[in-house]
Amino acid sequence: MSAAEVAVPMVELFGVSKQFGKGPAVLSPLDLEIQKGEFVTLLGPSGCGKSTLLKLIAGLTTPTSGTIRVDGLTPKNAREVLAFIFQDPTLLPWRNVLENVCLGLELEHVTRERRVRRAGELLELVRLEQVARVYPRELSGGMKMRVSIARALATNPRLLLMDEPFAALDEMARDRFNEEILRLREEQKWTAVFVTHSVAEAVFLSTRIIVLAPNPGRVHAIFPVELGIPRTAALRSTPEFDLMAARVSRALRGAIAA
Amino acid sequence: MRRWVLVAANAAAVFVALLVVWQAIIWIFRVAPYMLPPPLAVAKAAESRLPLLLNALSLTAAEAAGGLVASVVVGIAIALFFARSRWVRRMLYPYTLLLQTVPIIAIAPLILMWVGAGMPAVTLIAFIISLAPIIANVTEGLISVDRNLVHLFLMHNASPAQLLFKLRLPHAVPALFVGVRIASGLAVIGAITGELYAGSSRVGEGGLGYSILYASTQLQTDYLFALVAAATVLGFAFVFLVMILEWYFLRRWHESARTLETD
Repeated sequence: MSAAEVAVPMVELFGVSKQFGKGPAVLSPLDLEIQKGEFVTLLGPSGCGKSTLLKLIAGLTTPTSGTIRVDGLTPKNAREVLAFIFQDPTLLPWRNVLENVCLGLELEHVTRERRVRRAGELLELVRLEQVARVYPRELSGGMKMRVSIARALATNPRLLLMDEPFAALDEMARDRFNEEILRLREEQKWTAVFVTHSVAEAVFLSTRIIVLAPNPGRVHAIFPVELGIPRTAALRSTPEFDLMAARVSRALRGAIAA
Repeated sequence: MRRWVLVAANAAAVFVALLVVWQAIIWIFRVAPYMLPPPLAVAKAAESRLPLLLNALSLTAAEAAGGLVASVVVGIAIALFFARSRWVRRMLYPYTLLLQTVPIIAIAPLILMWVGAGMPAVTLIAFIISLAPIIANVTEGLISVDRNLVHLFLMHNASPAQLLFKLRLPHAVPALFVGVRIASGLAVIGAITGELYAGSSRVGEGGLGYSILYASTQLQTDYLFALVAAATVLGFAFVFLVMILEWYFLRRWHESARTLETD
């Protein structure tokens, strides 16, 4: 990565607010800068606008005021850089696993030969090469989520937006997915904006945690997480991890009371 | 496979039982043959007039199939139009309900006036009666796509054509089959009813509906029963064919196809 590239932040928000129709403000004016290589988690109770913030960065909804830049461009022009992972796997049931992973490349008119090769690589990466020809209805929830991750990574995004992707999984599966996501990030070096309810998940994954307060959504506290990289499952049983989690939990309680 | 055999055996047993009850009623109550002919007489009537019966059957089948194909094509086109905006749906959707509620008997004379008696008129009636379920189901299928899937497509700068052909249309296929299944039964009923009013009236050229009318006026009750049986078989064949197609296209991914699978 050259110095010039580092200089442009991955995400910039200047005075961004959001209000649906004449309803109450979902987000009050907000400034935020996310550098390339960061793993930023948006943590907060329901109604703090964290999902809305993610959709704003993705260009899926427009801000009521303020401007958003993704890699120096408007979100709609930066879509090649972006990928989104939803809480539900949102697979196309009429396509098998391989065809699902190919979807983004197909919509971007990549040739069939190249997208099948690329999808094959991704399936290997998420350890699903055995089920490439299987249809989604035959897969477990965890496997579907892996397909969803592979699909998002197939277009080689530099910014990955994740909206509570592991919320529907049990705690063991969630821990495993957290380790998996960090492993993938080590290999592919994307920047991440991650939304969750879970403090442990936020601390384990992030380089920075932004705690949001609700009604209207606003920044309550920001925590840099200096627990070193790469991280392994063993990190969860260290005093540093517990300390960090305790501090973030306290801030989160404060955000709910605020 | 074993389950299929079992289903077929059950159905056959019920059929035989019905024939026995039928024959028993005739013996016990001494019913006159022109009121209720015995099963054997019906079979004989069918056999002696077989070319006539098959003629009528194939004509009605052609009319129903023509009406059904037209309603699938037109119904999908209308549903695509309806799926474009909520306002269009609010304005026009009530009129598709009219299609369903208009008594076919009431508009048959109009159609007779416009296109004259014969196959085109009957096909038109079969088309009108089978259109509404296609429109309703396909529209629902097109608009009930998961919002996140639409978002996913938009994130990859999908064109309107890609959204339609790679997302909305495939998503609507199961609903289309539900509509076609209902419509296929209606098309046969429409064709037979249509023939009663707008079928060709030349002897030997009419379909099942016309033949039923003719047989009843001639008190050929045994042949009338044979015609009713043929009409029932025709309706069943239509629905069954659609179910086979449905299974074929949806077997890999949709739950509705599972109910037809053997296990």
